[in-house]
Amino acid sequence: MSVDQATVRRIAHLARIAVEDQEVERLGAELNAILDFVAELSSVDVAGVEPLTSVLPMQMKKRQDVVTDGGFADAILANAPEKDDHYFVVPKVVE
Amino acid sequence: MTAAVSPNPAKLIKGATGDWEVVVGMEIHAQVTSKAKLFSGASAEYGGEPNDHVSLVDAAMPGMLPVINEECVKQAIRTGLGLQAQINLRSVFDRKNYFYPDLPQGYQISQYKHPIVGEGEVIVDVTPTERITVGIERLHLEQDAGKSIHDLSATESHVDLNRSGVALMEIVSKPDIRSAEEARAYVSKLRTILRYIGSCDGNMEQGSLRADVNVSVRKPGAPFGTRCEIKNVNSIRFIGQAVEVEARRQIGILEDGGVIAQETRLFDPGKGETRSMRSKEEAHDYRYFPDPDLLPLEFDQAYVDALKVELPELPDEKRARFVADYGLPPYDAGVLVAERASADFFEEAAKGRDAKLVANWVINELFGRLNKEGLDITRSPVSAQAIGAIVDLISTSVISGKIGKDLFEIVWQEGGDPREIVETRGLKQVTDTGAIEKAIDEIIAANPDKVAQAKAKPTMLGWFVGQVMKATGGKANPQAVNDLLKSRLGV
Repeated sequence: MSVDQATVRRIAHLARIAVEDQEVERLGAELNAILDFVAELSSVDVAGVEPLTSVLPMQMKKRQDVVTDGGFADAILANAPEKDDHYFVVPKVVE
Repeated sequence: MTAAVSPNPAKLIKGATGDWEVVVGMEIHAQVTSKAKLFSGASAEYGGEPNDHVSLVDAAMPGMLPVINEECVKQAIRTGLGLQAQINLRSVFDRKNYFYPDLPQGYQISQYKHPIVGEGEVIVDVTPTERITVGIERLHLEQDAGKSIHDLSATESHVDLNRSGVALMEIVSKPDIRSAEEARAYVSKLRTILRYIGSCDGNMEQGSLRADVNVSVRKPGAPFGTRCEIKNVNSIRFIGQAVEVEARRQIGILEDGGVIAQETRLFDPGKGETRSMRSKEEAHDYRYFPDPDLLPLEFDQAYVDALKVELPELPDEKRARFVADYGLPPYDAGVLVAERASADFFEEAAKGRDAKLVANWVINELFGRLNKEGLDITRSPVSAQAIGAIVDLISTSVISGKIGKDLFEIVWQEGGDPREIVETRGLKQVTDTGAIEKAIDEIIAANPDKVAQAKAKPTMLGWFVGQVMKATGGKANPQAVNDLLKSRLGV
């Protein structure tokens, strides 16, 4: 498996990471190195093997339907770069 | 599976090049009725001060882990049972990755390959004589996103995460719908089922129920055409309009030799058109993968069976019972069961009475009046007991049907016991022939010319009936008046 330059640009765009043109080649090489490293896993035959979701056989924990959280908008917004009247404020996202 | 049924000609849309069939499938997002959110303990209540119903999980702070709310799981199972659907004892939560400011996690926790509910069906009464079955493809649980507000500032958007993480059920239909009317009827029926079960309040104004409508057109018998998805339509009326205008738009393009581009569109009710929503520079790639923070959702059949036992009587069962036990026409029964509160009201009023007569009064007089005033049945000024009493007064001939309507109006305006009102205001029907005869004699004596006319032309009788009713303040028994007049005038 090999990552070409178009794929690097596409992945960067999907992750909303700005990538300069001169970085594309280097990033492609790095991604290929990672993929080569994990490619060894492909040699294992997993036909008929269920994906492992937990190392211990256990049931997912569930919560009761009770309100136990929230009510601290100040804390939620504490690290917001910009806020207004307890709203997060971001650059306009519609035309 | 192929659609073996040939299309109903009445549903086809006429185009310049012949008939077209519209094909509709729907994804309904129904907000789960619960106190807390799907994976956090913050309140799921609508509204609230901005970012007040938000936990650190909902705000996607680093290190926070989701823990599922069991009630939301139960609501999804109940709904699946109400849709006659396959309940999957094992389902899996996946991450659906995309970026938007009101999605702080950068992904929505949803179910992709293994939803909690599989195939089912909904029986839909489209008209008094037409019933269709719409297949359900699946129902899965997922998180709602936050809310972006774009009109508080010219250059910025404001984000409120109160809705972020609230549980939604996405209910996906098969493409079994063939007209705007069917689309409306399907959503109404689904809403009724959800409200009976109590798994969603169905409030479309507050966005508790939103529809994504997939529309394509084809020549009858041809394979499915390319579809467009109309996002977030938020009223049943608009769903019908959106199907209508989108089908017209696609037919126009195809008949001009064009091709339909598969895309997401928005319905603008003001302009009565759909328009492309995003300049899709690139197809979405959600890169679904199982959420490593959550184990598979598993329960046993006994868990499902216990929920099934607790389900209330559902609309289709109730409708069948109303037809069988009360002898109501199926469509009338359908109207009464559309809301659980209406059905309860009817049953209360019909207790020990002529159920058909009660149904007519509830549907025609009461529902008509409630609609006109924009009132809910639970806020009806006329109680079930009062409707029952009015029906009793009519069926025992104490008052005429016409006075019954006046009486209904009085009870609507002023309240009170209908029996007492009839007594104190002298609304009783005059069945005493002596009093009616007296009125007839006076009218005959005063109008010799009309009497002569009536003898020559029996249709003149109506004029006399009118005069007698007027003279008795509308309280004379119409049948008695007719009979007496005929014998007096010899017609």
